Amino acid sequence: MDRCAPVRSLDRYEPYDRFHPPRAYATFQRFHVHFTLPMSLDPDAIEKIAHLARLAIAPERRERYAVDLTNILDLVAQMDAVDTEGVEPMAHPLHMAQRLRPDRPTEPDRRARYQAGAPMVGGGLYLVPKVIE
Amino acid sequence: MENKSIAQLAADLRLRTYSSVELTRHYLERIERLDSRLNSFISVAGEAALASAERADLALKSGDVGPLTGIPIAHKDIFCTQGFKTSCGSRMLDDFIAPYDATLVERLAAAGAVMLGKTNMDEFAMGSSNETSFYGPVTNPWDQTRVPGGSSGGSAAAVAARLCPAATGTDTGGSIRQPASLCGVTGIKPTYGRCSRWGMIAFASSLDQAGVLARSAADAAFLLDEMAGFDPRDSTSADVPVPDYVDALDDDIAGLRIGLPKEYFGAGLDSGVAASIHDAISEYERLGARISEISLPNSPLSVPVYYVVAPAECSSNLARYDGVRYGYRCGHPADLEDLYKRSRAEGFGAEVQRRIMIGTYVLSAGYYDAYYLKAQKVRQLIADDFRRAFEQVDVIMGPTTPTTAFPLGAKTDDPVAMYLNDIYTIAANLAGLPAISVPVEPAEGLPVGLQIVGDYFQEARLLNLAHRYQHVTHWHQAAPAGFE
Amino acid sequence: MQWETVIGLEIHTQLATQSKIFSGAPTAFGAEPNTQACAIDLGLPGVLPVLNAEAVRLAVRFGRAIEAEIASRSVFARKNYFYPDLPKGYQISQYERPIVGRGKVEIVLDDGTIKRIGVTRAHLEEDAGKSLHDPGLVGDGQTGVDLNRAGTPLLEIVSEPDLRSPQEAVAYARKVHQLVRYIGISDGNMQEGSFRMDANVSIRPPGQEELGTRTEIKNLNSFRYLEKAIQFEVERQVELIESGGTLVQETRLYDAVKDETRGMRSKEEANDYRYFPDPDLLPLEIDAEFLATATSDLPELPDAKRERFHAEYGLSEYDASLLTTSRELADYFEAVARETGEPKLAANWIGGELMAALNKAEIEIGQSQVTARMLAGLIKRLQDGTISGKIAKQVFESMWSGEGDADQVIRSKGLEQITDSGAIEAMIDAIIAANPGQVEQYRAGKQKVFGFFVGQVMKASRGKANPQQVNEILERKLRA
Repeated sequence: MDRCAPVRSLDRYEPYDRFHPPRAYATFQRFHVHFTLPMSLDPDAIEKIAHLARLAIAPERRERYAVDLTNILDLVAQMDAVDTEGVEPMAHPLHMAQRLRPDRPTEPDRRARYQAGAPMVGGGLYLVPKVIE
Repeated sequence: MENKSIAQLAADLRLRTYSSVELTRHYLERIERLDSRLNSFISVAGEAALASAERADLALKSGDVGPLTGIPIAHKDIFCTQGFKTSCGSRMLDDFIAPYDATLVERLAAAGAVMLGKTNMDEFAMGSSNETSFYGPVTNPWDQTRVPGGSSGGSAAAVAARLCPAATGTDTGGSIRQPASLCGVTGIKPTYGRCSRWGMIAFASSLDQAGVLARSAADAAFLLDEMAGFDPRDSTSADVPVPDYVDALDDDIAGLRIGLPKEYFGAGLDSGVAASIHDAISEYERLGARISEISLPNSPLSVPVYYVVAPAECSSNLARYDGVRYGYRCGHPADLEDLYKRSRAEGFGAEVQRRIMIGTYVLSAGYYDAYYLKAQKVRQLIADDFRRAFEQVDVIMGPTTPTTAFPLGAKTDDPVAMYLNDIYTIAANLAGLPAISVPVEPAEGLPVGLQIVGDYFQEARLLNLAHRYQHVTHWHQAAPAGFE
Repeated sequence: MQWETVIGLEIHTQLATQSKIFSGAPTAFGAEPNTQACAIDLGLPGVLPVLNAEAVRLAVRFGRAIEAEIASRSVFARKNYFYPDLPKGYQISQYERPIVGRGKVEIVLDDGTIKRIGVTRAHLEEDAGKSLHDPGLVGDGQTGVDLNRAGTPLLEIVSEPDLRSPQEAVAYARKVHQLVRYIGISDGNMQEGSFRMDANVSIRPPGQEELGTRTEIKNLNSFRYLEKAIQFEVERQVELIESGGTLVQETRLYDAVKDETRGMRSKEEANDYRYFPDPDLLPLEIDAEFLATATSDLPELPDAKRERFHAEYGLSEYDASLLTTSRELADYFEAVARETGEPKLAANWIGGELMAALNKAEIEIGQSQVTARMLAGLIKRLQDGTISGKIAKQVFESMWSGEGDADQVIRSKGLEQITDSGAIEAMIDAIIAANPGQVEQYRAGKQKVFGFFVGQVMKASRGKANPQQVNEILERKLRA
């Protein structure tokens, strides 16, 4: 997943990630170096992405996904053609501010209803294979 | 009965020409008899539908009723319906009985509408052909070797085949308009925030919007009147007054300025489709509208932008399906990671997994700026194009889709070719604008849709324009053979 | 070799709201598992978050209290990772644009100097649920998930790496703890997890600018563990580096039983949280009006109060500090001081008898049997000579055990001081007459015997004779 120069800007890490020193690559953008987006993903990259997304992808299907995802990224790469210098990123279609809710408990206990379709419960708890910390 | 408009059905119900129970039974019988050819319903409400029809009949007797009292409708299976299966077209939610109602379901029920059942759809609304559904593809009533479009393909096919008078749908990149166009029905995607998203299973939260598929703009207006409006449970719901859409249907359109974006009439547009669209635009000229060419220079980038933004949001929205609290859980998980990975790999189909992976990738460390942030910036440019356009014109018209319905299986092996089907519809989602698809003259026997995009909260204008066209043409009344 | 310790703290404090940050489920502690987890907290399909106004108000109050800039526009982001106690597969937090920007907190070092600790930011976020591993409860090989806590509002307060010792870290943490309780944004209850600390620890040679490799010790819920965990971690790092080893940046857990930190197995892989703005929430805008309303009733803050107690009441730095530990204690003191006009006496009594009794009973000032009015009543009787200091302690104990206020205790036990000189003289005459030998010794110059006579008088008066008068009269009579 890191075969090309990553380009997350320094600003994304400051000041929040005070204790993670800014990553070395962050400086790239300061010098306005241009990058070419990766044009292909290989099966190894697919495995890494699938792990992050918690998807079990059979080894024999990784190749196929690699081709599909690469084709999609090729389509996406058309964005590079347009200059977006100074454009404010648009996170949302409407220019509204967050509305606030009064602090009142309104939700009654509906555990029985919510757990009726749960795959595995015991003693009111949702059960999963043991988590090791 | 099944060819009547909602206004006619409502009038008949009031006059007791037939009862809501009889009307509901009629539609249930049609579904029973005809849907095996279409696969447009995932589940049919049957007894529950008749029970609500009975309640509607009581209300009709008491006289205190609205236009939708006793009118059967169908919901796309993306809307949560309390106590009733809500699958989102996915194996992941095959067993999921929603413990609550979506706002739209609640509102339409409160207006007296009778839910006939839940319509088929692309899995988690990801698809343009209704072929990614866990419940199998839906076929197009006009030609059952062809796709109905997607993701609201079940709703579009059911309405076209007169299996219900109208149905709800959702539109993230064209999922109402594209199947409406391919099935020859009227489909409106309102402004982002116009209809509540509460209880509507999320695909891409900043793009998803609920709307209606119906046989005419007038029918759609009756439903939208009940659906639109502020919902305190949805932070992105717009607190903007809702006009009476039915009232505005007959407004005069003389002098209205229509813009035709040159980017929507270029290479890739089927010549038959283009001819039908131009004919429809001429009709508007005859109705007194003024036509001019405009440009939306960044709109060709809407597909690339969409395939960053939508997968990114979907990769996060679909992380909740982990086999822990509800939904599919794999058999005998070896450990927690195995539980996650196999439940998700077995519960989701290939297209959903593709999009989750693309979304995961474009948000991951090192790629965020190049993909996600870049896409958000281009999205702004696309929205700016529209803002400038609406300084010159009142509405924008063009084809809804580049071609008519394509054969089943034609594009299932080529995701990118499939994605390009939404080339004309996606920009409205990115900008959050309302848009409608109106059936115009078919091309080689297959339906063609005219897309009209309006400025923010101009749904009344879109319905009015569609209605005026439908007043002087009959394309929207045509029924597919075998479903008359 | 000498090493400089560098510590930064991330403190998660639970905000004192009635309902959750994005849902209407209640936040009460100790409910049956999953009975306070509503559809939103469970991350059911189709649910949406709506932000709790009170959580925003409380965050703004904190920002003001540390003199930080309050963002007029802040953004909620999703932090994506899979964990059973994280129902949606992401936590709603704030990333690039937090609600509270840079601020400061002052701590007092051991030598009395004041050190300013930078606060980088504070942001709103939702808490996760709880994983239970007890096999007796959930069966072997399983983990049970309780989502009652999921969605509880948290304010994460991130400090600069300005702390240089475990003691400074504790002083800072205590100060933040004091502050959040002062301004009423959190109950700070550490047993219930309302105040949890993560410590980022690294070492470097003195004078080196660059920070060393850090480790993060997660989820410390007491000041004692905070101190011990950092202490252990610093020693571990020093030993490792001095023996030629290399530190790995990692997350560690503190084991209080073994008093050591160890790496977390589950966090081995590098996380990639894929933060992005939450599309279900819009930018949070805070205008001047909201800001004014949220902060108009901010109480006097601990530092200002300490200064004022020192200046206005003439208290020592120590007493001023002690009495401003909590707002309730400070209010108690001021009530007593105001009522009696005797701030120093009030400080002595509160810092002495009252605190001892509270500590012994392990209760807070708010639960004290002896109210400010009662203590003031006692001090007044001491001042007007009704009782002596010694009797006063006895009266205090009676008040503490619920026998009524000072006047009631004094009356019912007949503890008024005897100030009638005639009565005292009569007692003294009788004692002198009964102890001729001791009188002789005194008169022969054995001053120590004086104490014997005082003791006899107090015994005869059951401690109630006014000591000053006893001294005067005794001296006069013995000398005669």
